[in-house]
Amino acid sequence: MFPASFDYHAPTTVPEALRLLAENGPDAKLLAGGHSLLPAMKLRLLEPGCLVDIGRIPELRGIRREGQTLVIGAATLHADIATSDVVRQAAPGLATAASLIGDVQVRNRGTIGGSAAHDDPAADYPVILTALDASFMLVSSAGARTVASGDFFLDYFTTALSDLEIITEVRIPGAAASVTSAYAKLEHPASGFLVVSAGVRIERGADGRCRTARIAIGGLGGRPFRATAVESALAGHALTPAAIAAAAALAADGSDPDGDAYAPAEYRRHMATVYVQRALEAAL
Amino acid sequence: MTQHPHGTTGLIGASVPRVEDLALITGAGQYVDDIQLPGMLHMAVVRSPYPKARIRSIETAAARAMPGVAAVITSADLEGKLNVVAPPMFPGMQAPPTPALAAGMVYAVGAPIAAVVAATRTLAQDAANAVEVEYEPLPATVDVEVATAPGAAPVRDELQHNIVYTTVREGGDVDKAFGEAHHITRLRIQSPRQVVLAMEPRGLVAAPERPGQGLRVWISHQTPHLARSELAAELGYPEHLIHLSAPDVGGGFGSKSGIYREDLLACHLALKLDRPVKWVATRSEDFVATNQGRDQLMFSELALSQDGTMLGLKVKLLANMGAYLHFATAGPPQRMMGMAPGCYQIRNLRVEVSGVFTNTVSTGPYRGAGRPEAVLNIERLADLAARELGLDRIALRRKNFIRPDQFPYRTATGVEYDSGDYEKALDEALRLSGYDAMLRQRDERRARGELVGVGLCSFVEPSGGAFFESGSIRVEPSGAVTVLTGSSPHGQGLETTFAQVVGEKLGVPMDRISVRHGDTVAIQQGIGTFGSRSAIMGGGALVAAAEKVIDKAKRIAAHLLEAATEDIVLEDGAFAVAGVPNKAMTWAQISGAAHRGRIPADMEAGLQESATYDPRRESWGFGTHVALVSIETNTGELKIEKLVLVDDCGVLINPKIVEGQIHGGVAQGLGEALREHMRFDEDGQVLTGSLMDYAILRAADMPPLIMGETETPNPFNPLGVKGVGEAGANGAPPAVANAVMDALEPLGIRHVDMPYTAPKLWAAIRAAQGDQGA
Ligand SMILES: Cc1cc2nc3c(=O)[nH]c(=O)nc-3n(C[C@H](O)[C@H](O)[C@H](O)COP(=O)(O)OP(=O)(O)OC[C@H]3O[C@@H](n4cnc5c(N)ncnc54)[C@H](O)[C@@H]3O)c2cc1C
Repeated sequence: MFPASFDYHAPTTVPEALRLLAENGPDAKLLAGGHSLLPAMKLRLLEPGCLVDIGRIPELRGIRREGQTLVIGAATLHADIATSDVVRQAAPGLATAASLIGDVQVRNRGTIGGSAAHDDPAADYPVILTALDASFMLVSSAGARTVASGDFFLDYFTTALSDLEIITEVRIPGAAASVTSAYAKLEHPASGFLVVSAGVRIERGADGRCRTARIAIGGLGGRPFRATAVESALAGHALTPAAIAAAAALAADGSDPDGDAYAPAEYRRHMATVYVQRALEAAL
Repeated sequence: MTQHPHGTTGLIGASVPRVEDLALITGAGQYVDDIQLPGMLHMAVVRSPYPKARIRSIETAAARAMPGVAAVITSADLEGKLNVVAPPMFPGMQAPPTPALAAGMVYAVGAPIAAVVAATRTLAQDAANAVEVEYEPLPATVDVEVATAPGAAPVRDELQHNIVYTTVREGGDVDKAFGEAHHITRLRIQSPRQVVLAMEPRGLVAAPERPGQGLRVWISHQTPHLARSELAAELGYPEHLIHLSAPDVGGGFGSKSGIYREDLLACHLALKLDRPVKWVATRSEDFVATNQGRDQLMFSELALSQDGTMLGLKVKLLANMGAYLHFATAGPPQRMMGMAPGCYQIRNLRVEVSGVFTNTVSTGPYRGAGRPEAVLNIERLADLAARELGLDRIALRRKNFIRPDQFPYRTATGVEYDSGDYEKALDEALRLSGYDAMLRQRDERRARGELVGVGLCSFVEPSGGAFFESGSIRVEPSGAVTVLTGSSPHGQGLETTFAQVVGEKLGVPMDRISVRHGDTVAIQQGIGTFGSRSAIMGGGALVAAAEKVIDKAKRIAAHLLEAATEDIVLEDGAFAVAGVPNKAMTWAQISGAAHRGRIPADMEAGLQESATYDPRRESWGFGTHVALVSIETNTGELKIEKLVLVDDCGVLINPKIVEGQIHGGVAQGLGEALREHMRFDEDGQVLTGSLMDYAILRAADMPPLIMGETETPNPFNPLGVKGVGEAGANGAPPAVANAVMDALEPLGIRHVDMPYTAPKLWAAIRAAQGDQGA
């Protein structure tokens, strides 16, 4: 189909974008890569009267380290994240997740901020970013605030972001040699979006044992599911294959997923155990 | 003679690269959507979001008032005219007309309710969105068993019951056979509904010619002449005043046969507004507005003696036709009538086929068109019978195969198979697949706890037969050759294969031959391409036309060389008195003479001949496909590790094109086997209405194919050919199904319907493990 007609603005700075958002009110929407927004507009699920394109704001792009923190501009492309040596080193799970999004065209247009803001329950970033304990820098004309992923992703297509805010950065802590991460994904055969996926972040002690584990699972509900049962089963233990398998078996404990036409709830719960195990194995 | 690139001897049988491809793959093809005419308007259609609803009101004023809008019409403007009328194929068939725009009631998601024409496609869509329809949703019927249960609510108000038609065919003494049987294998199979998904969606441009004097139509279609006839009847417009062409057509697979509601609407509006009107479906529209395939529910019983002899077969089939019948909707399930016994001598047969109305999208022919279901049915039965009798499945097949010396073979229901050697194809497939080694490997892996299966499918498939076909060969004064075929292709490569046929027959190099098609003014009456028919039918007509042209050329040569016609021979593309090759005359010389009056006094000028061909029988290709699969127990993921395809389509005109046809058929067949499934929920809402939900098989999902062939010439047509366009879709899915069931046999699983998605297989494995107390 075709989108309804709309006005288009392409500011080059964040303040300018914020001003355009404020001026055009609820009718305005930010446009980043357009790979979630435009399909929705073509299906006329959304008919914003005004698009503010933030794809040409240089300060929103780029990947850098600030000490132990990995900082990624919100308009950074999936492809750039997937291929970045800095990301691969600091948060390999994030690079893997980015590389598994859609196809080449999608990865060369879609952005991390757009994906986070859209918060599709079948999208990859919310899962891995939750596992990585990422936080989001949100800027509005009233100022800036930082929101942790646990408080950011709320429910199906629902985040803590307000209409007048822009995500400027994604911040990922703990980029240390003792920390590793991984991501494993079961793809939907039609869309390529996740049916179930698992993001894991493991911090090891000097003895090689697991000090802390953070595990998020996609596909079990409206927001990434924290597999706390697995996290506590791993913490303090040696990461032997048997320990991993035993812990992974707890992956869906406490979850209550909805099934859909393709994947019933029972299947999702079982796949959660399989993919948590795969992600843990990949992390080591 | 040695063969060189432009040589002619040996053209039939050579893998000549397709002459069509350069234009198509460099974006130089001319599809309907490439057609731009001055003053052209664009049509958009308002469609029902409900599977069944009463239309309370339609508000069009806002849409009409929008800029650029030329017209908005609803059923009120049509006064009952403009209906798609399915031909009454069977006595007593219920075929209520399908109104181009729903009048009062809608019976399927996607049913057109209003049509809007505007200056651009986007304006038309905006205006369509501004049409407000108030519905009263009603309970819908989706399932054929529900639709045919006693007291079922009618799918459409005008129906007495939901059966479109029932046909029965019986041969031999079925009751006796079942009475005497040692064992009866019973099976219920549901074939998944598939979306046809041609790369180019449906579409047309309709343009009035000089006012009141003609209608010009370009349409993405498989059968231009049939389309014109149907269009004329349904528009109430004189057939001879319609000039219809099919330009490049990006696939059809059966769905671009017949006339659809949008076709009538665009033509009607073009005539009414006296402006060209274009409509091209979006992909989303194609999901609900174009015929879908398969969706047959089969109940079968196979009676066997203790030694595995097949004594009798009963099949009862319920075919889901959707709510609205198009030209060919009723046809596909009829294939079961002739194909139920497959490759086997089963002398006692009873087949009952019912078409059933439901509140779903219409179905119709899709690559195979009833053949894949018939093959699936008998081949699953054969495997299950072997399993239940404790016999080897190959031995059981061999025992029951029709033997080569029995051809032509008349089945118990009176269908004649022309020729075949089923064991030869089976043996070749076993050899190519390393069958015995594969079984050993399977058993070793099974012992390690893996789920591994080997399956095969031996099949026969009819092709050609329905209607006639035409061909015309015109030798131009220069000696170049124009070929006009009624077989309008939509991707099959007929411009190449027909040039090969004509080139070989006339001894004219391919670069001096052009094959034209798809235009009701330029081309003599003809039919088109469907049902794997064109090599047989179009090829047959061209062979006949070539013989006539050669005949006439010989008479001209005899006249010029002052010899007797019987003494003239055609050799290396030139005519000479036998034994006197140095005085040979070329096609250019002969044709020059034919066009300049240097011909016998009683002869007509020119050198062009036409012929039609109708073998009045179908051709029965065959083959054996073998699959090796594995299933991951923990996830249900299915992997096709090996797929071996041995096909016999008689003489190969162009082996590369045959290979391509098999590849394509296999891809669509594996889609059915692995993941493609058009689904509606219980209320009739579409669950898989886009490519984000409907899992079409992609290039990367194709396993490597190991291909082989046997060549059993068809004795009943001049080229010795049989159809092959559907072979892959017919043979591969049952081979995979049998392999999957073989893999699951250790768990005690008897049958699972396709497609074998991971969640479905995982659930089946889980349930079986639960049963086994694992
Ligand atoms: C064919 C296809 C396959 C795909 N497959 C996958 C997949 O496998 N996995 C996956 O995770 N995703 C997938 N996607 C989605 C893709 O990753 C999108 O790019 C992403 O979800 C949205 O990012 P975007 O930059 O395109 O955002 P847009 O579409 O431009 O915007 C999305 C939403 O975010 C808002 N927004 C954008 N940027 C900001 C910002 N900086 N601050 C605040 N709000 C903002 C917009 O206003 C809009 O509401 C697929 C998409 C397509 C078309």
